[in-house]
Amino acid sequence: MPRISNRLLGAATAAVLGVINLTPVVFAQSAAPSMPGMDHMAMPTSQAAMPAAGPNQVIINNFAFGPTMLTVKAGTTVTWINKDGDAHTVTGVGAKPLFGSQPLDTGDSFSFTFKDPGSYAYFCKIHPTMKGVVIVQ
Amino acid sequence: MDDTELDRNSSNPSGGAPSRRTLLRCMAWAGAGTLWSVVGGVPTPFRLGTGEAQAAPASGFAFVQISDSHIGFRGDANPDPNGTLTTALQRIATLPQKPAMIVHTGDVSHLAKPEQFDAAEQLMKTAKLPVHYIPGEHDTLVDDGKPFFARFSPDVKTGGWYSFDQGGVHFVALVNVVGLQVGGLGHLGNEQIEWLERDLKGRSASTPIVVMAHMPMWSLYPQWGWGTDDGDKALAYLKRFGSVTVLNGHIHQVVQKVEGHVTFQTAMSTAYPQPTAGDGPGPGPLKVPTEKLASMLGVREVAVKGHTLAWSDTTLGT
Repeated sequence: MPRISNRLLGAATAAVLGVINLTPVVFAQSAAPSMPGMDHMAMPTSQAAMPAAGPNQVIINNFAFGPTMLTVKAGTTVTWINKDGDAHTVTGVGAKPLFGSQPLDTGDSFSFTFKDPGSYAYFCKIHPTMKGVVIVQ
Repeated sequence: MDDTELDRNSSNPSGGAPSRRTLLRCMAWAGAGTLWSVVGGVPTPFRLGTGEAQAAPASGFAFVQISDSHIGFRGDANPDPNGTLTTALQRIATLPQKPAMIVHTGDVSHLAKPEQFDAAEQLMKTAKLPVHYIPGEHDTLVDDGKPFFARFSPDVKTGGWYSFDQGGVHFVALVNVVGLQVGGLGHLGNEQIEWLERDLKGRSASTPIVVMAHMPMWSLYPQWGWGTDDGDKALAYLKRFGSVTVLNGHIHQVVQKVEGHVTFQTAMSTAYPQPTAGDGPGPGPLKVPTEKLASMLGVREVAVKGHTLAWSDTTLGT
Protein backbone atom coordinates (compact mmCIF):
# COMPACT_ATOMS: atom_id res chain seq x y z
CA MET A 1 0.00 0.00 0.00
CA PRO A 2 1.57 3.29 -1.04
CA ARG A 3 1.89 5.89 1.66
CA ILE A 4 -0.36 8.89 1.49
CA SER A 5 1.22 12.18 2.32
CA ASN A 6 -0.47 15.27 3.65
CA ARG A 7 0.55 16.96 0.46
CA LEU A 8 -1.62 14.59 -1.50
CA LEU A 9 -4.55 15.18 0.78
CA GLY A 10 -4.03 18.89 0.24
CA ALA A 11 -4.06 18.39 -3.46
CA ALA A 12 -7.32 16.50 -3.21
CA THR A 13 -8.89 19.26 -1.22
CA ALA A 14 -7.96 21.61 -3.99
CA ALA A 15 -10.12 19.44 -6.21
CA VAL A 16 -7.35 17.96 -8.27
CA LEU A 17 -6.06 14.50 -7.64
CA GLY A 18 -3.70 12.68 -9.89
CA VAL A 19 -2.40 9.22 -9.27
CA ILE A 20 0.71 8.86 -11.33
CA ASN A 21 1.47 5.25 -11.65
CA LEU A 22 0.64 3.40 -14.80
CA THR A 23 0.25 6.12 -17.35
CA PRO A 24 1.16 9.72 -17.95
CA VAL A 25 -1.41 11.42 -15.82
CA VAL A 26 -0.61 15.06 -15.53
CA PHE A 27 -2.59 17.69 -13.79
CA ALA A 28 -2.46 21.35 -14.45
CA GLN A 29 -4.00 23.91 -12.16
CA SER A 30 -3.19 26.73 -14.53
CA ALA A 31 -2.10 27.30 -18.06
CA ALA A 32 1.51 27.14 -16.97
CA PRO A 33 3.46 24.67 -19.03
CA SER A 34 5.51 23.45 -16.10
CA MET A 35 3.69 20.21 -15.59
CA PRO A 36 5.13 17.22 -13.82
CA GLY A 37 5.77 14.67 -16.48
CA MET A 38 6.57 11.04 -16.45
CA ASP A 39 10.02 9.78 -17.24
CA HIS A 40 10.08 9.18 -20.92
CA MET A 41 11.19 5.79 -21.96
CA ALA A 42 12.05 7.12 -25.36
CA MET A 43 12.42 10.39 -27.14
CA PRO A 44 9.97 11.63 -29.74
CA THR A 45 10.54 10.05 -33.11
CA SER A 46 11.16 13.50 -34.51
CA GLN A 47 14.09 14.07 -32.20
CA ALA A 48 16.72 13.51 -34.91
CA ALA A 49 18.73 16.46 -36.13
CA MET A 50 17.29 18.47 -39.00
CA PRO A 51 18.39 16.86 -42.26
CA ALA A 52 20.11 19.20 -44.69
CA ALA A 53 17.87 20.55 -47.41
CA GLY A 54 19.09 20.53 -50.99
CA PRO A 55 18.77 23.52 -53.32
CA ASN A 56 15.20 24.75 -53.63
CA GLN A 57 14.12 22.27 -51.01
CA VAL A 58 12.42 22.63 -47.67
CA ILE A 59 12.68 19.76 -45.24
CA ILE A 60 9.91 19.26 -42.71
CA ASN A 61 11.24 17.82 -39.50
CA ASN A 62 10.87 18.34 -35.75
CA PHE A 63 7.66 20.29 -36.36
CA ALA A 64 9.50 22.93 -38.36
CA PHE A 65 10.14 23.94 -41.95
CA GLY A 66 13.83 24.15 -42.77
CA PRO A 67 14.95 26.56 -43.94
CA THR A 68 12.18 28.67 -42.50
CA MET A 69 12.88 31.32 -45.14
CA LEU A 70 13.89 30.18 -48.62
CA THR A 71 14.91 32.65 -51.33
CA VAL A 72 14.65 31.56 -54.97
CA LYS A 73 14.52 33.12 -58.44
CA ALA A 74 11.22 33.47 -60.28
CA GLY A 75 10.35 30.30 -62.15
CA THR A 76 11.91 28.03 -59.55
CA THR A 77 10.18 24.87 -58.43
CA VAL A 78 10.37 24.42 -54.66
CA THR A 79 9.97 20.98 -53.13
CA TRP A 80 8.94 20.27 -49.55
CA ILE A 81 9.78 16.85 -48.15
CA ASN A 82 8.18 15.59 -44.96
CA LYS A 83 10.80 13.73 -42.96
CA ASP A 84 8.92 14.12 -39.68
CA GLY A 85 7.15 11.42 -37.73
CA ASP A 86 3.81 13.18 -38.09
CA ALA A 87 1.76 14.35 -41.06
CA HIS A 88 1.92 17.98 -42.13
CA THR A 89 0.66 20.28 -44.84
CA VAL A 90 2.21 23.13 -46.82
CA THR A 91 -0.61 25.66 -46.99
CA GLY A 92 -0.33 29.19 -48.30
CA VAL A 93 -1.51 31.90 -45.93
CA GLY A 94 -4.57 33.87 -46.93
CA ALA A 95 -8.17 33.45 -47.93
CA LYS A 96 -7.29 32.17 -51.40
CA PRO A 97 -3.75 30.88 -51.13
CA LEU A 98 -1.72 30.46 -54.30
CA PHE A 99 -0.54 27.03 -53.31
CA GLY A 100 -1.41 24.25 -50.90
CA SER A 101 -0.51 20.62 -50.54
CA GLN A 102 -2.57 17.63 -49.70
CA PRO A 103 -1.76 16.17 -46.29
CA LEU A 104 1.83 14.97 -46.44
CA ASP A 105 2.47 11.76 -44.60
CA THR A 106 5.98 10.85 -43.50
CA GLY A 107 8.08 10.56 -46.65
CA ASP A 108 5.65 12.45 -48.90
CA SER A 109 6.68 15.53 -50.81
CA PHE A 110 5.04 18.49 -52.52
CA SER A 111 6.32 20.82 -55.23
CA PHE A 112 5.21 24.20 -56.48
CA THR A 113 6.64 26.49 -59.14
CA PHE A 114 6.77 30.16 -58.20
CA LYS A 115 6.41 32.25 -61.35
CA ASP A 116 6.13 35.74 -59.92
CA PRO A 117 8.37 37.64 -57.52
CA GLY A 118 6.95 38.17 -54.08
CA SER A 119 6.87 36.92 -50.52
CA TYR A 120 4.83 33.78 -50.02
CA ALA A 121 4.05 32.86 -46.44
CA TYR A 122 2.80 29.37 -45.66
CA PHE A 123 2.03 27.18 -42.66
CA CYS A 124 0.92 23.68 -41.66
CA LYS A 125 -2.81 23.59 -41.18
CA ILE A 126 -2.55 20.53 -38.93
CA HIS A 127 -0.05 22.32 -36.71
CA PRO A 128 -0.61 26.04 -37.33
CA THR A 129 2.34 27.02 -35.17
CA MET A 130 4.61 25.77 -38.00
CA LYS A 131 5.36 28.65 -40.34
CA GLY A 132 7.63 29.38 -43.30
CA VAL A 133 8.08 31.79 -46.17
CA VAL A 134 9.39 31.61 -49.73
CA ILE A 135 10.91 34.82 -51.12
CA VAL A 136 10.79 34.86 -54.91
CA GLN A 137 13.10 37.38 -56.59
CA MET B 1 -14.84 0.81 -1.99
CA ASP B 2 -18.26 -0.17 -0.79
CA ASP B 3 -21.43 1.35 -2.16
CA THR B 4 -22.07 3.41 0.92
CA GLU B 5 -18.79 5.16 0.60
CA LEU B 6 -19.31 6.12 -3.00
CA ASP B 7 -22.86 7.19 -2.31
CA ARG B 8 -21.68 9.49 0.41
CA ASN B 9 -19.20 11.13 -1.90
CA SER B 10 -21.61 11.25 -4.76
CA SER B 11 -24.26 12.97 -2.74
CA ASN B 12 -21.85 15.61 -1.61
CA PRO B 13 -20.50 16.97 -4.85
CA SER B 14 -19.48 20.34 -3.49
CA GLY B 15 -18.54 19.10 -0.07
CA GLY B 16 -15.28 18.29 1.58
CA ALA B 17 -12.37 16.27 0.42
CA PRO B 18 -12.49 12.52 0.25
CA SER B 19 -11.53 10.82 3.45
CA ARG B 20 -8.02 9.67 4.09
CA ARG B 21 -9.24 6.12 3.90
CA THR B 22 -10.76 6.78 0.53
CA LEU B 23 -7.55 8.21 -0.79
CA LEU B 24 -5.60 5.26 0.47
CA ARG B 25 -7.88 3.01 -1.46
CA CYS B 26 -7.57 5.16 -4.51
CA MET B 27 -3.83 4.84 -4.40
CA ALA B 28 -4.10 1.12 -3.95
CA TRP B 29 -6.26 0.90 -7.02
CA ALA B 30 -3.74 2.60 -9.20
CA GLY B 31 -2.04 -0.71 -9.64
CA ALA B 32 -5.29 -2.27 -10.74
CA GLY B 33 -5.70 0.04 -13.70
CA THR B 34 -7.75 2.91 -12.37
CA LEU B 35 -5.99 6.23 -12.47
CA TRP B 36 -8.29 8.71 -10.85
CA SER B 37 -11.76 10.00 -11.03
CA VAL B 38 -13.87 12.91 -10.00
CA VAL B 39 -17.41 12.99 -8.74
CA GLY B 40 -19.17 16.30 -9.02
CA GLY B 41 -15.94 18.22 -9.30
CA VAL B 42 -14.34 16.68 -6.22
CA PRO B 43 -11.96 13.81 -6.79
CA THR B 44 -13.19 10.57 -5.42
CA PRO B 45 -12.11 7.11 -6.27
CA PHE B 46 -13.98 5.11 -8.77
CA ARG B 47 -12.94 1.77 -9.99
CA LEU B 48 -13.40 0.09 -13.31
CA GLY B 49 -13.56 -3.60 -13.84
CA THR B 50 -15.15 -4.57 -10.56
CA GLY B 51 -18.52 -5.08 -9.07
CA GLU B 52 -18.25 -1.82 -7.16
CA ALA B 53 -18.17 0.20 -10.33
CA GLN B 54 -21.26 -1.55 -11.52
CA ALA B 55 -23.12 -0.97 -8.29
CA ALA B 56 -22.27 2.69 -7.94
CA PRO B 57 -24.19 4.21 -10.84
CA ALA B 58 -26.99 1.68 -10.81
CA SER B 59 -29.66 4.32 -11.21
CA GLY B 60 -27.81 6.25 -13.88
CA PHE B 61 -25.96 5.37 -17.02
CA ALA B 62 -22.44 5.27 -18.31
CA PHE B 63 -20.75 6.25 -21.50
CA VAL B 64 -17.25 5.93 -22.87
CA GLN B 65 -14.91 8.45 -24.44
CA ILE B 66 -12.33 7.29 -26.93
CA SER B 67 -10.07 9.61 -28.85
CA ASP B 68 -7.35 9.98 -31.42
CA SER B 69 -7.54 6.59 -33.08
CA HIS B 70 -5.54 7.93 -36.07
CA ILE B 71 -6.57 5.12 -38.37
CA GLY B 72 -4.11 5.16 -41.25
CA PHE B 73 -1.11 6.14 -39.14
CA ARG B 74 1.86 3.98 -40.11
CA GLY B 75 4.77 5.36 -38.14
CA ASP B 76 7.06 3.62 -35.69
CA ALA B 77 5.10 4.81 -32.69
CA ASN B 78 2.35 2.31 -33.51
CA PRO B 79 2.48 0.11 -36.60
CA ASP B 80 -1.03 -1.18 -35.93
CA PRO B 81 -3.51 1.53 -34.87
CA ASN B 82 -6.36 -0.68 -36.10
CA GLY B 83 -5.26 -3.32 -33.64
CA THR B 84 -5.05 -0.96 -30.69
CA LEU B 85 -8.47 0.53 -31.50
CA THR B 86 -9.82 -3.01 -31.58
CA THR B 87 -8.27 -3.66 -28.18
CA ALA B 88 -9.87 -0.49 -26.85
CA LEU B 89 -13.28 -1.58 -28.12
CA GLN B 90 -12.79 -5.00 -26.59
CA ARG B 91 -11.98 -3.32 -23.31
CA ILE B 92 -15.19 -1.34 -23.54
CA ALA B 93 -17.12 -4.55 -24.18
CA THR B 94 -15.91 -5.99 -20.89
CA LEU B 95 -17.00 -3.07 -18.73
CA PRO B 96 -19.24 -4.24 -15.90
CA GLN B 97 -21.82 -1.59 -16.67
CA LYS B 98 -22.64 -1.57 -20.35
CA PRO B 99 -22.14 1.95 -21.70
CA ALA B 100 -25.11 3.63 -23.31
CA MET B 101 -22.90 5.11 -26.01
CA ILE B 102 -19.42 6.03 -27.11
CA VAL B 103 -18.19 9.53 -27.82
CA HIS B 104 -15.20 9.80 -30.12
CA THR B 105 -13.43 13.11 -29.61
CA GLY B 106 -11.66 13.28 -32.92
CA ASP B 107 -8.68 12.36 -35.05
CA VAL B 108 -10.63 9.29 -36.01
CA SER B 109 -8.38 9.11 -39.08
CA HIS B 110 -4.82 10.18 -39.67
CA LEU B 111 -5.18 11.86 -43.06
CA ALA B 112 -8.92 12.12 -43.72
CA LYS B 113 -8.72 9.55 -46.51
CA PRO B 114 -11.91 7.70 -47.44
CA GLU B 115 -10.33 4.32 -46.81
CA GLN B 116 -9.25 5.46 -43.36
CA PHE B 117 -12.75 6.67 -42.53
CA ASP B 118 -14.06 3.34 -43.85
CA ALA B 119 -11.73 1.28 -41.70
CA ALA B 120 -12.51 3.33 -38.61
CA GLU B 121 -16.24 3.12 -39.16
CA GLN B 122 -16.13 -0.64 -39.61
CA LEU B 123 -14.08 -1.10 -36.45
CA MET B 124 -16.35 1.18 -34.43
CA LYS B 125 -19.38 -0.79 -35.57
CA THR B 126 -18.04 -3.85 -33.80
CA ALA B 127 -18.76 -2.12 -30.49
CA LYS B 128 -22.49 -2.33 -31.30
CA LEU B 129 -23.10 0.95 -29.48
CA PRO B 130 -24.27 4.36 -30.68
CA VAL B 131 -21.27 6.54 -31.40
CA HIS B 132 -21.22 10.34 -31.37
CA TYR B 133 -18.32 11.76 -33.32
CA ILE B 134 -16.58 15.09 -33.49
CA PRO B 135 -13.63 15.70 -35.79
CA GLY B 136 -10.00 16.38 -35.03
CA GLU B 137 -7.84 18.49 -37.30
CA HIS B 138 -6.64 15.33 -39.04
CA ASP B 139 -10.24 14.54 -40.00
CA THR B 140 -10.89 17.93 -41.55
CA LEU B 141 -7.83 18.13 -43.80
CA VAL B 142 -9.95 17.61 -46.88
CA ASP B 143 -12.62 20.12 -47.89
CA ASP B 144 -13.00 21.57 -44.39
CA GLY B 145 -14.18 18.25 -43.08
CA LYS B 146 -17.19 17.77 -45.34
CA PRO B 147 -16.34 14.10 -46.04
CA PHE B 148 -16.02 13.51 -42.29
CA PHE B 149 -19.32 15.17 -41.43
CA ALA B 150 -21.13 13.42 -44.26
CA ARG B 151 -20.07 10.07 -42.91
CA PHE B 152 -19.99 10.48 -39.15
CA SER B 153 -22.64 13.08 -38.40
CA PRO B 154 -24.82 13.18 -41.51
CA ASP B 155 -27.84 14.64 -39.73
CA VAL B 156 -25.95 17.64 -38.45
CA LYS B 157 -26.26 21.03 -40.06
CA THR B 158 -23.44 22.96 -41.67
CA GLY B 159 -20.62 23.52 -39.26
CA GLY B 160 -20.74 20.12 -37.64
CA TRP B 161 -21.61 21.13 -34.08
CA TYR B 162 -24.63 19.68 -32.30
CA SER B 163 -26.14 18.83 -28.95
CA PHE B 164 -28.36 16.15 -27.48
CA ASP B 165 -29.75 15.02 -24.16
CA GLN B 166 -29.30 11.70 -22.52
CA GLY B 167 -30.18 10.57 -19.02
CA GLY B 168 -30.65 14.12 -17.77
CA VAL B 169 -27.28 15.24 -19.10
CA HIS B 170 -26.98 17.81 -21.88
CA PHE B 171 -24.21 16.90 -24.31
CA VAL B 172 -22.66 19.58 -26.50
CA ALA B 173 -20.41 18.55 -29.38
CA LEU B 174 -18.19 21.38 -30.60
CA VAL B 175 -15.87 21.70 -33.59
CA ASN B 176 -12.67 23.64 -32.91
CA VAL B 177 -10.50 22.26 -35.71
CA VAL B 178 -11.87 23.94 -38.83
CA GLY B 179 -10.50 27.19 -40.20
CA LEU B 180 -7.29 27.09 -38.20
CA GLN B 181 -5.21 30.16 -38.90
CA VAL B 182 -1.47 30.47 -39.23
CA GLY B 183 0.17 30.59 -35.85
CA GLY B 184 -3.16 29.96 -34.18
CA LEU B 185 -4.84 27.57 -31.82
CA GLY B 186 -8.08 25.68 -32.03
CA HIS B 187 -10.94 27.88 -33.09
CA LEU B 188 -14.71 27.81 -32.61
CA GLY B 189 -15.82 30.94 -34.46
CA ASN B 190 -18.59 33.37 -33.67
CA GLU B 191 -21.31 31.42 -35.48
CA GLN B 192 -20.70 28.37 -33.31
CA ILE B 193 -20.41 30.39 -30.11
CA GLU B 194 -23.69 32.14 -30.86
CA TRP B 195 -25.27 28.76 -31.48
CA LEU B 196 -23.93 27.60 -28.11
CA GLU B 197 -25.45 30.59 -26.37
CA ARG B 198 -28.85 29.78 -27.91
CA ASP B 199 -28.45 26.08 -27.16
CA LEU B 200 -27.81 26.68 -23.47
CA LYS B 201 -30.30 29.49 -22.98
CA GLY B 202 -33.17 28.58 -20.71
CA ARG B 203 -31.62 25.39 -19.43
CA SER B 204 -31.57 24.92 -15.69
CA ALA B 205 -28.23 25.61 -14.05
CA SER B 206 -28.55 22.25 -12.34
CA THR B 207 -28.43 20.39 -15.66
CA PRO B 208 -25.12 18.55 -15.92
CA ILE B 209 -23.33 19.62 -19.08
CA VAL B 210 -20.82 17.53 -20.98
CA VAL B 211 -18.91 19.38 -23.67
CA MET B 212 -16.91 17.53 -26.29
CA ALA B 213 -14.26 19.24 -28.40
CA HIS B 214 -11.12 17.84 -29.93
CA MET B 215 -8.54 20.43 -29.00
CA PRO B 216 -8.16 21.45 -25.37
CA MET B 217 -10.64 24.21 -24.56
CA TRP B 218 -8.16 26.01 -22.37
CA SER B 219 -4.63 27.27 -23.01
CA LEU B 220 -2.83 24.14 -22.01
CA TYR B 221 0.34 24.75 -24.03
CA PRO B 222 -0.15 27.32 -26.77
CA GLN B 223 3.41 26.91 -28.02
CA TRP B 224 2.30 23.57 -29.43
CA GLY B 225 -1.13 24.79 -30.38
CA TRP B 226 -2.74 23.10 -27.38
CA GLY B 227 -5.62 25.44 -26.76
CA THR B 228 -8.63 27.15 -28.31
CA ASP B 229 -8.25 30.84 -29.06
CA ASP B 230 -11.90 31.69 -28.41
CA GLY B 231 -12.55 28.98 -25.84
CA ASP B 232 -13.17 31.59 -23.15
CA LYS B 233 -16.13 32.97 -25.06
CA ALA B 234 -17.76 29.55 -25.01
CA LEU B 235 -16.94 29.02 -21.37
CA ALA B 236 -18.63 32.28 -20.46
CA TYR B 237 -21.94 30.64 -21.35
CA LEU B 238 -21.09 27.44 -19.49
CA LYS B 239 -19.96 28.93 -16.17
CA ARG B 240 -23.40 29.31 -14.68
CA PHE B 241 -24.01 25.57 -14.71
CA GLY B 242 -23.26 23.62 -11.57
CA SER B 243 -21.52 20.74 -13.30
CA VAL B 244 -19.64 21.15 -16.56
CA THR B 245 -17.34 18.46 -17.86
CA VAL B 246 -15.25 19.27 -20.92
CA LEU B 247 -13.90 16.20 -22.70
CA ASN B 248 -11.03 16.87 -25.08
CA GLY B 249 -8.54 14.79 -27.03
CA HIS B 250 -5.68 15.95 -29.25
CA ILE B 251 -2.75 15.66 -26.85
CA HIS B 252 -2.81 11.87 -26.40
CA GLN B 253 -2.48 11.93 -22.63
CA VAL B 254 -4.59 12.70 -19.59
CA VAL B 255 -4.43 16.24 -18.32
CA GLN B 256 -7.01 17.73 -16.01
CA LYS B 257 -7.84 21.25 -15.01
CA VAL B 258 -10.59 22.37 -12.67
CA GLU B 259 -11.92 25.91 -12.87
CA GLY B 260 -14.90 26.58 -10.65
CA HIS B 261 -17.61 24.14 -11.65
CA VAL B 262 -15.90 23.38 -14.94
CA THR B 263 -13.61 20.39 -15.20
CA PHE B 264 -11.46 19.98 -18.30
CA GLN B 265 -10.22 16.55 -19.22
CA THR B 266 -8.03 15.46 -22.07
CA ALA B 267 -7.95 11.78 -22.93
CA MET B 268 -5.47 9.16 -23.92
CA SER B 269 -5.24 8.12 -27.55
CA THR B 270 -5.95 4.62 -28.80
CA ALA B 271 -3.07 4.95 -31.28
CA TYR B 272 0.11 6.46 -29.83
CA PRO B 273 1.26 8.68 -26.97
CA GLN B 274 2.68 12.16 -27.33
CA PRO B 275 5.26 13.90 -25.16
CA THR B 276 4.24 15.98 -22.20
CA ALA B 277 4.01 19.70 -22.91
CA GLY B 278 7.29 21.22 -23.97
CA ASP B 279 9.25 17.99 -23.79
CA GLY B 280 11.06 17.86 -27.11
CA PRO B 281 10.74 19.81 -30.34
CA GLY B 282 7.06 19.22 -30.92
CA PRO B 283 3.98 17.16 -30.17
CA GLY B 284 4.88 14.30 -32.47
CA PRO B 285 4.19 10.61 -32.02
CA LEU B 286 6.17 9.30 -29.08
CA LYS B 287 7.94 6.03 -29.73
CA VAL B 288 8.06 3.88 -26.63
CA PRO B 289 9.20 0.29 -26.22
CA THR B 290 6.63 -2.00 -27.83
CA GLU B 291 5.78 -3.67 -24.54
CA LYS B 292 4.98 -0.29 -22.99
CA LEU B 293 2.69 1.03 -25.71
CA ALA B 294 -0.56 -0.42 -24.36
CA SER B 295 0.09 1.17 -20.98
CA MET B 296 0.04 4.60 -22.61
CA LEU B 297 -3.16 4.13 -24.58
CA GLY B 298 -6.59 4.00 -23.07
CA VAL B 299 -10.27 4.72 -22.82
CA ARG B 300 -12.33 6.74 -20.38
CA GLU B 301 -15.56 5.63 -18.80
CA VAL B 302 -17.93 8.23 -17.42
CA ALA B 303 -20.66 7.10 -15.05
CA VAL B 304 -23.60 9.42 -14.54
CA LYS B 305 -25.78 9.27 -11.50
CA GLY B 306 -28.24 12.06 -11.01
CA HIS B 307 -26.34 15.31 -11.23
CA THR B 308 -22.95 13.81 -10.64
CA LEU B 309 -20.43 12.32 -12.98
CA ALA B 310 -17.62 9.96 -12.12
CA TRP B 311 -14.97 9.23 -14.62
CA SER B 312 -12.14 6.82 -14.84
CA ASP B 313 -9.29 6.39 -17.30
CA THR B 314 -8.20 2.89 -18.05
CA THR B 315 -5.12 1.92 -20.00
CA LEU B 316 -5.09 -0.86 -22.58
CA GLY B 317 -2.30 -2.62 -20.72
CA THR B 318 0.00 -2.34 -17.76
